[in-house]
Amino acid sequence: MSLKRPAKDQPENFEFNASSLQAAKAMVAKYPEGRQQSAVMALLYIAQKQNNNWIPLAAMKYIAKFLDMPYIKVYEVATFYSMYNLSPVGKYFIQVCTTTPCMIRGANKLVEACKEKISEKESELSEDKSCSWMEVECLGACVNAPMMQINDDYFEDLDKEKTLKILDKILKGEIPKPGSYRGRINNEPENNRKTLMDLKNA
Amino acid sequence: MLKDQDRIFQNLYNDLGSDVTSSQKRGDWVNTKEITDKGRDWIINEIKESQLRGRGGAGFPTGLKWSFAPKEIGSRPHYLVINGDESEPGTCKDRDILRFEPHKLIEGCLIASYAVQAHVCYIYIRGEYFIDGQKLQAAIDEAYEKNLIGKNAAGTGWDLDIYIHYGAGAYICGEETALLESIEGKKGQPRLKPPFPALIGLYGCPTIINNVETIAVVPTILRRGGKWFASLGREKNTGTKIFCISGNVNNPCNVEEEMNIPLKELIEVHAGGVVGGWDNLKAVIPGGSSMPLIPKEKCETLTMDFDSLMAEKSGLGTAGIVVINNDQDIIKCMARIARFYKHESCGQCTPCREGSGWMWRMLERMARGEASKDEVEMLGDVTKQIEGHTICAFGEGSSWPVQGLLRHFKDEIKKRNKFDPIVKENKNIPYLVDQHLLDKNA
Repeated sequence: MSLKRPAKDQPENFEFNASSLQAAKAMVAKYPEGRQQSAVMALLYIAQKQNNNWIPLAAMKYIAKFLDMPYIKVYEVATFYSMYNLSPVGKYFIQVCTTTPCMIRGANKLVEACKEKISEKESELSEDKSCSWMEVECLGACVNAPMMQINDDYFEDLDKEKTLKILDKILKGEIPKPGSYRGRINNEPENNRKTLMDLKNA
Repeated sequence: MLKDQDRIFQNLYNDLGSDVTSSQKRGDWVNTKEITDKGRDWIINEIKESQLRGRGGAGFPTGLKWSFAPKEIGSRPHYLVINGDESEPGTCKDRDILRFEPHKLIEGCLIASYAVQAHVCYIYIRGEYFIDGQKLQAAIDEAYEKNLIGKNAAGTGWDLDIYIHYGAGAYICGEETALLESIEGKKGQPRLKPPFPALIGLYGCPTIINNVETIAVVPTILRRGGKWFASLGREKNTGTKIFCISGNVNNPCNVEEEMNIPLKELIEVHAGGVVGGWDNLKAVIPGGSSMPLIPKEKCETLTMDFDSLMAEKSGLGTAGIVVINNDQDIIKCMARIARFYKHESCGQCTPCREGSGWMWRMLERMARGEASKDEVEMLGDVTKQIEGHTICAFGEGSSWPVQGLLRHFKDEIKKRNKFDPIVKENKNIPYLVDQHLLDKNA
């Protein structure tokens, strides 16, 4: 089990802005009538996106009212799932996968790179407050190991040098290109493809 | 090697594009109406004949699962739920289907929904696959536009709505009842079975839950016939499967191959061999992290299917193969897997919540050589007390890899951990309180 604690400094109020409200209503419409509670996960995402990538307690209370469900149920969901940030993270939120398939291909080097460039400890903001990083469990791109996720994008086939370059770009405010950093196409075996060759050469 | 024309996922590497027009060129959506016109019983029988087994890990026969759905719609609607919460370390096959073959999945959803009489289908995707989910959403929008789903979907006379539900980073939501809880907007903690979801599932209604890969192969099976699918592989382990080969291999990759393919062929031919040569191989995790590892000697002759791996006291699981060579510390690798399970336990059952942490801490100490001799046996004992004493299969999933390590590498652990707290060998230590015990034995 993982433990998560809400941040100490909490804003007093939270309200969906117009675009969030529209998105939230579209989410609720996906589920049968009377089952609006199903939308709680989606609404927490919307709140997180609106509020600089983290969810304050006020947002949970707001969502509870919005969906007509007890506040504690929203709190349960927000603390159970690991992708909801309950305290502020950087604008660029870097998640390095360190589970076994990535570990045996050198994920610890990526962690080193993050420590050098961003912050000594995980979940700590960088000096310019723009980035934070953390180790996470399997992100499901094992054949592209080692890899990391920055906000929504996957960066694959990395090593320490490439990670340092990506982090440099981010710290400069540029947006690096997601995908494989060894130039391979998706999940095919590099230079060793033996299947579906007609399609590749077509 | 499987012939290219027998590969179901022609666009596994995205050579052709994943939009609806190029999917139609590959044969998707061509004669969906003809298939559904043959009727529910024909579809379910054909799937039964193909002997398709679920691709999500447990390998339950798909045709049988569908036949559990009530024959008539009663007062409660039926639901189809697709499990795309792929989080098993070593597995990344569903991601490629979501982003490159979304129309195979959507067409499969329509046919399966028709077979189990569901009008609403939820596709549960893990939150980290946001970009891939967006690609699937684009494909769903395309399908709505072309009237392939929605009212009178693809001219079949069946109405179907498909919605994506994103998870938020909980491995346990891949367990089917936890997944239902999650869709209902609760913590993802598994339910007791029975009642099984086929009768009481999502919102208390009959629900059929299938893996992404299982549903995505259905249209091709029905087009080419259950017999064709059954002719691949071997009895009860039929058809093709996407294997994910990761870890210490020269060319880690996803590849679709026939069931029952030798493991050595997968590693040597497709993945370019083990780093440092075959002799440098230490062990292989054959089916995602929850399946016990297989040592090198057995890898020589091992074939990859449900039953032959079961005979080796392991399992095919999700077919995520993690290759570990001699440059790695096998105990450390397993300790990291134990940490994964400690992190992902939902906390509902005590043996799993507490035991997964115990296993992790013991293995970490064993990797450093700080454990005592007795602890090796104790670790085995802990795994036995978790296994079978939990609501869901997570207990097995977390204890099996540790059992596998103990089964095959116990000597290595014992060699590293020689510490003996009772000090049987060092006699006559003046300050030892228990000196009299040693004297008596002497």
